[in-house]
Amino acid sequence: MSKGGMFGGGPGSFPQGKGDGKRPDRKKLDKKTMKSILWRLCGYIMNYWYLFIPAVLMTLFSNQLALLGPKYSGIAIDAIASPEGVNFAVVRENIVKMILCYVVSAVLSYILAFLMMYTGQKIVCKMRKQLFEKLTSLPVGYFDTHPTGDIISRISYDIDTVNSSLSHDLVQIMTSIYTVLGSLIFMWNISKPLILVFVVTVPVSVFFAKYRSKKVRPLFSLRSRKLGELNGYAEEMLSGCRSIGAYGREDVISGRFNDRNQDAMDAYYNADYYGCTMGPTMGFINNLSISLVMMLGGILYLYSQNGTVATGSMFFITLGGVAQFVQYSRKFAGPINEFANIIHELQSAFSAAERVFRVIDEEPEKEDDQNAVFLENTRGEVCFKNVSFGYSQDKTILENVSFEALAGKTIAIVGPTGAGKTTIINLLMRFYDVTIGSIAVDNTDVRNITRDSLRRAYTMVLQDTWLFCGSIFDNIAYGREGATIEEVKAAAKAARIDSYIESLPDGYDTILTDDGVNISKGQRQLITIARAMLANSQMLILDEATSNVDSRTEIKIQEAMRELMRGKTCFVIAHRLSTIQDADTIMVVLDGKIAEMGSHEELMKKGGFYSTLYNSQFE
Amino acid sequence: MKTVIGYLREFYGKMALGFGIKFIGTIAELMLPFILSHVLANVIGKDVEEIIFWGALMIVCSLIACVFNVSANRMACKISRDFAENLRRDLFKKTLYLSASQTDKFTIPSLESRITTDTYNIHGFVNMMQRMGVRAPIMLIGGISITLFMDAYLSLVMIAVLPLIFATVFFISKKGVPLYDKVQKCVDNMVRVVREDYMGIRVIKALSKSGYEHRRYDKVNRALSAEEVHAGVIMGSVHPIMNILMNAGTVAVIAISSGRVQKGLSSPETIIAFMQYFTHISMSMMVVSRMFVMYTKSAASARRVGEVLDAPEEINVMAKSVCPDSENSAHIAFDNVTFSYKGKKNNLSNISFALKKGESLGIIGATGSGKSTLIKLLMRFYDVSDGAIYINGEDIRTIEKARLNAMFGSALQQDFLYADTIEENIRFGRNISHDDVVSAARIAQADGFISKFSDGYNHMLSPHGTNISGGQKQRTLISRALAGKPEILVLDDSSSALDYKTDALLRSALRENLKGTTVVTVAQRVSSVKDCDLIIVLEEGEIIGMGKHDYLMESCTPYKEISDSQMGGAFVE
Repeated sequence: MSKGGMFGGGPGSFPQGKGDGKRPDRKKLDKKTMKSILWRLCGYIMNYWYLFIPAVLMTLFSNQLALLGPKYSGIAIDAIASPEGVNFAVVRENIVKMILCYVVSAVLSYILAFLMMYTGQKIVCKMRKQLFEKLTSLPVGYFDTHPTGDIISRISYDIDTVNSSLSHDLVQIMTSIYTVLGSLIFMWNISKPLILVFVVTVPVSVFFAKYRSKKVRPLFSLRSRKLGELNGYAEEMLSGCRSIGAYGREDVISGRFNDRNQDAMDAYYNADYYGCTMGPTMGFINNLSISLVMMLGGILYLYSQNGTVATGSMFFITLGGVAQFVQYSRKFAGPINEFANIIHELQSAFSAAERVFRVIDEEPEKEDDQNAVFLENTRGEVCFKNVSFGYSQDKTILENVSFEALAGKTIAIVGPTGAGKTTIINLLMRFYDVTIGSIAVDNTDVRNITRDSLRRAYTMVLQDTWLFCGSIFDNIAYGREGATIEEVKAAAKAARIDSYIESLPDGYDTILTDDGVNISKGQRQLITIARAMLANSQMLILDEATSNVDSRTEIKIQEAMRELMRGKTCFVIAHRLSTIQDADTIMVVLDGKIAEMGSHEELMKKGGFYSTLYNSQFE
Repeated sequence: MKTVIGYLREFYGKMALGFGIKFIGTIAELMLPFILSHVLANVIGKDVEEIIFWGALMIVCSLIACVFNVSANRMACKISRDFAENLRRDLFKKTLYLSASQTDKFTIPSLESRITTDTYNIHGFVNMMQRMGVRAPIMLIGGISITLFMDAYLSLVMIAVLPLIFATVFFISKKGVPLYDKVQKCVDNMVRVVREDYMGIRVIKALSKSGYEHRRYDKVNRALSAEEVHAGVIMGSVHPIMNILMNAGTVAVIAISSGRVQKGLSSPETIIAFMQYFTHISMSMMVVSRMFVMYTKSAASARRVGEVLDAPEEINVMAKSVCPDSENSAHIAFDNVTFSYKGKKNNLSNISFALKKGESLGIIGATGSGKSTLIKLLMRFYDVSDGAIYINGEDIRTIEKARLNAMFGSALQQDFLYADTIEENIRFGRNISHDDVVSAARIAQADGFISKFSDGYNHMLSPHGTNISGGQKQRTLISRALAGKPEILVLDDSSSALDYKTDALLRSALRENLKGTTVVTVAQRVSSVKDCDLIIVLEEGEIIGMGKHDYLMESCTPYKEISDSQMGGAFVE
């Protein structure tokens, strides 16, 4: 976030907990990747060259002015100190110059900060957009294998890291380079011999910074990792605080938490223990330089005073010159000390950018075949032919599954958890493509149909009800763009949720909030059923569609469900056998194979898995 | 706030020592510009040896400053580590001991951020305060007093700038805080859309709504950027304004001093020294104002942490005189229990029933009818609003928490599994042997799938147990409930993800193995409760039917309706 950035190394530059805790493991990036990330970031920046280039010019200009300040003050002091008495004209002139310099420099630096922040925001906004749009184009499998928290930390935390680096570090680097070079030139002009001091002290501080950061960096990344672990543990245990209370395990869990707490704090301490020597040591080297400058400058001044050094000689120096030189040496040494910090920040920005780019570069769902047809006026005939499928190479979930669903018929899929029922649905919707065999809709291989039109041909009601934060109207109308309030109400009535919605103070405009406290699980499911009722497609998938609806409501909506299913090809997964037994075909899936298939009566007669299952409810 | 400061008390001695060391280091540092100005004013231009002597003295002072500052910093790290560790330890423990209604009030995400972000903020501040809190004010005050000593008139000019700087920082950060609140809210909105779409990706793809979602995201994304720019515009002005003010001080000093030098009231050397101090003073001013911003932030955190630490114990053990024993010898008895979460609408009204030891109770009813609430009262997550609950004749409010907890084994709705082995998830930190874990898993029908893992009971679960199926999770949770060999087993909708066959096997295993255990089952399926000794049918918090299955089939129409719909009534007839 620009919080820290804008504050000029303000609160944000202090190592702060949560941010650091979530910081991605900073794997060492090799030089090649670093380079390509750098180029890519430059590409983003160059998209906004009309903001960036003025910002660069302003940086140079405002720094130049800031450097001129001490120069004028030196001249003014010399004018005050001149043996012929104070030269007021010179003093006045230089004071005006100083004021001008400082005011213009401040204004410029504000505009510059604004430009950089604005550019940063443009870039970040674009990155977030790209990342999000990539997400929606990824195959469903990606979401099954990547935890939500990880993506969220990429889209918020990592992008923020990149942002603060863009809007802060870049300016800092330019300023630093300019200040160092500028001060050097000024110092060179005042007195060349005095610069010798820095020939000694600068390499010492560079060496020390390098040596320290080599030692400290792994300690800091350990610290981040440990804090991350602690956060994760706290989050996990708090989500179970009720169970912990129910079993009276508070002390045990607190003890375990504290082990991690101690680990994290020790890691913090270790990193700090070595890290906190940096400031004072750099300060020492700084002070050392100034002491040396003073000694050397003093001696040179002495000789200049008593005439040992001639006025034109490079060893000649005035009192104002010594004072200026000391001021410039502070300016000169400051950025050199900062460099270690900036490089550290840049590295973390690079690894954050890499995490973001990795998602943006993720392979999207395979594009539709060039000759893919648009599915229209579907009859709803579905045919599985020798389908085998596994989510990963080494584990087959479905093996040689073949069946045919005729238009308008209902197929119920029965089987124990993990047998492959949901996988069949995933293949129907083409969330995944089959490994072997083929699936056809209306005699066309689904791989030759555009995904959009294929998916639109289905309506799905799933066990995990999905509602988004928006009004109830929006949530129901989600199934059909441009649905009118009458249509929505009719659907809600059919799903037996209308009277409940009307009883809410805001009716259909009620906003569903995240935690959904204002609405029960069963009611959420009814809303998704209403959504399905609006979407008028030829094929229907019901995956435990009424599992959260209590039985009495279920009876009430049964008629509506029957209405919904009429004339459509339906695929039904349910635990409740009452829902299943009316199906035209019942398919029993065991260990990824079709074990039995037939109508309720046929399967009962057969006396296999289904009949055992059916009878078990009466035991 | 007070509570959190209280945690610092034990470190006062050490902190004083650290401050002392820091003080010496800072004084040594403060000597540097003093010496420098002395040299420029009096020594320079006279004698080489003297210059070298003073220069050497400066180096010695720098060295002292460095050594003392480092050791004081290290002490500060240690103190703040110990402080934060204690604070977080107690906060976490206290959080776990909060009553359910307190947890509801704080909300889990908020408690979580108190344990993480807020304690980090406080830790950071305590650390920084010790490291800079001494140095900056000493530099500030020391610098000002030395300049006063050198030329009181000039230093008053400079001092006049300080309140302006302070006021600016104060004013702008006051403006900035609410702006960042807004930014934070926009971040929350943006993250929410990502989270929602992540969860609902199947629905979005099924309905081909990517375009719609892109537009939805665009809106929150742009809003976030706009707010960030807004906040940045305000906060970005701090630095330039401070720079201008400080430089204005410099200019003023030079302007005024020119007149004073002319009149012989001041010397050019003094002015040069003055400039040196001015840099120091303005730097410390920056640090002090930065600390001020941090203080505002961490004070808010300290208040939030304090709120939790100071939360009163709500679930107290009451005296028998207040909640007398009951005559009823039943194992579990509800006597006219009424309860309301919010104090407005009753969530349960006039519930009375009694259960003998070893009997089983089934509770059935629509969503929101109060089934789970009844369980929560029995386990004393909440206290009844009216009436009383007795176990073995004792009012549960008079039973110590540990003893009450030990009576129950419970598998609750949305119960939790964590990243550890299956065995540890079943054991749950209790003192239970491996054999007992296995036999509990056998009864819960979990042994089968656990043994199929190549590493069996040592199989690692991912956080929240996302790497096993819903049915497997439920069986693991039931194993956990059984492993403690409880007096009372509570199963709240804990077999809903099991298929009928496994559910039937589970029920018969429970019947065979838990002869002396009283079992309370909450379910939506009639088949899960129909063999219970007592079945309660709830509707809107009231009992509308109570008795055995056969009795209810005849007397309770809603029950019969549920049963018929689930049992495939037509087939049975």
